[in-house]
Amino acid sequence: MFKREIRLSGSGGQGIILAAVILADAAVQAGFFAVQTQSYGPEARGGASKAEVILSDQPIDYPKVSSPDIFLALSAEAYAKYCHDLKHNGIIVLEESLSTPDCSAGATRFPVLATARKTGKEITANMVLLGILSFLLKNFLPKVRLEEAINERVPAGTAEVNLLAFNYGYALSHELKMQ
Amino acid sequence: MTKRKKLMQGNEACVSGALYAGLNFFAGYPITPSTEIAETLAKRLPAIGGNFIQMEDEISSIAACIGASLAGAKAMTATSGPGFSLMQENIGYAIMTEIPCVVVNVQRLGPSTGGPTAPAQGDVMQARWGTHGDHEMVVLTPAGVEEVFTLTVEAFNISEALRTPVILLMDEVIAHMREGASVPERGELLVVARKEPKEPPAEYLPFKPQEDLVPVPAALGTGYRYHVTGLYHDETGFPTGNPEKIDGLIRRLKHKIILNKDKFSFFEEHLTDDAELVLISYGASARAARAAVNQARAEGIKAGLLRLITLWPFPSTAISRICANASAVITAEMNLGQIYAEVCRVLDSTQRSLSVTHVDGTLIQPQKIFAAIKEAAK
Repeated sequence: MFKREIRLSGSGGQGIILAAVILADAAVQAGFFAVQTQSYGPEARGGASKAEVILSDQPIDYPKVSSPDIFLALSAEAYAKYCHDLKHNGIIVLEESLSTPDCSAGATRFPVLATARKTGKEITANMVLLGILSFLLKNFLPKVRLEEAINERVPAGTAEVNLLAFNYGYALSHELKMQ
Repeated sequence: MTKRKKLMQGNEACVSGALYAGLNFFAGYPITPSTEIAETLAKRLPAIGGNFIQMEDEISSIAACIGASLAGAKAMTATSGPGFSLMQENIGYAIMTEIPCVVVNVQRLGPSTGGPTAPAQGDVMQARWGTHGDHEMVVLTPAGVEEVFTLTVEAFNISEALRTPVILLMDEVIAHMREGASVPERGELLVVARKEPKEPPAEYLPFKPQEDLVPVPAALGTGYRYHVTGLYHDETGFPTGNPEKIDGLIRRLKHKIILNKDKFSFFEEHLTDDAELVLISYGASARAARAAVNQARAEGIKAGLLRLITLWPFPSTAISRICANASAVITAEMNLGQIYAEVCRVLDSTQRSLSVTHVDGTLIQPQKIFAAIKEAAK
């Protein structure tokens, strides 16, 4: 049975949920069972926010992630709040500029925000995360399904810059030999 | 080849199901976690010639739906706990005047403002008894995105067939989560159209029951004139002080639902055939319960799940039949035991009945339910 649990986290407003929706959309189009959920506070901006995706070749009972295979964090607050139940040997990807406590020892530090800024728009950080995820899941989920889902789901007129950020994320993951 | 699924949110599936069922009027006051229903309908309804109105509050929202429905529209409103509280009086009005409408309550943690983005199932009894007076309620609760679609269609069908408001009781998890869902083609699901009177206006009695105990009130504006009131009334629609007629009306409003309830008493069984421990759950909690049951089976414990889809009228017959041979019955829900108490009323008094409750603003975890199964299996 194939099953991957993925958690993305950051601050409210960073597009964490959209990234998770796009990942789940691509997975469904690739023929997987996928469930996407989120957890956020009442505020519209700020506060820790998480979005989760489960991909499987079997129907998914419990829709929330129990212990993530992949955990990505864009903010220290989100990292601290959502890092407690990681899978042993799970992959942790942390925004490079964060100062986080010791439990992040096994994490990959990744310049997500700096990479997003290369597109001219830091708001594309969520697409950089998707690029990383695309690389990590490349043996199961064709990159093109994610690109199609990005085209489908991002606001009108922004597909180009979002795809650019996505491809930057993918290419840098390749360079860093992430696994 | 199976039909390609589409990633859809629970709230979006509710909208698509409502449109499939013929929704052409929505009045609402957006509130988390139901907001996407209003948001999506604001785009989709005008595009097909329907009406979307954002009202000043929830009292006027359901009032507008009742008015639209009385004029022949298929009407729906959507809200969450605080708004559902405000709608209670008019839900009673729709019951008394036999005006179909669908009320979606996406439950969040209460009481009061509680937790707008926190899942809960605390409105189970409110859905049943929120409005005053003796009455029956039809309440359906989905556990997945695809089921949100089909149950929304069912909600409209029941509402039209029985001429009574129907509550679609969702929870934050099911409403906000996205999963692959296949959308039925036109014609794949039954869509019930509202009955129209056959007799000419001069001989017409708007509240005269047919064989199924349901009357055929005409859509206003079609040439039939009659009185509509929340007071007890006779078959003409005018108030009556005749005790016999009053008694007949109140009993008929209840019995028309009881008489027809087998047509919409939905539930799902998972591994219950040989189950020594039967879990009872519903909505998002049932997803955790199913995972817990599978884990128990993997460890050799004979557990099964009875997932309730129709919460009200309470599926007593199904529960007592399915639980008949169980050594223990465990009810798992995101409240302090609202359905558990009902289950206890149904079971043999010698049977063990246990309750797993959860009200911390998170989705109940399979481990918590599994622990209760293990304890009961000792």
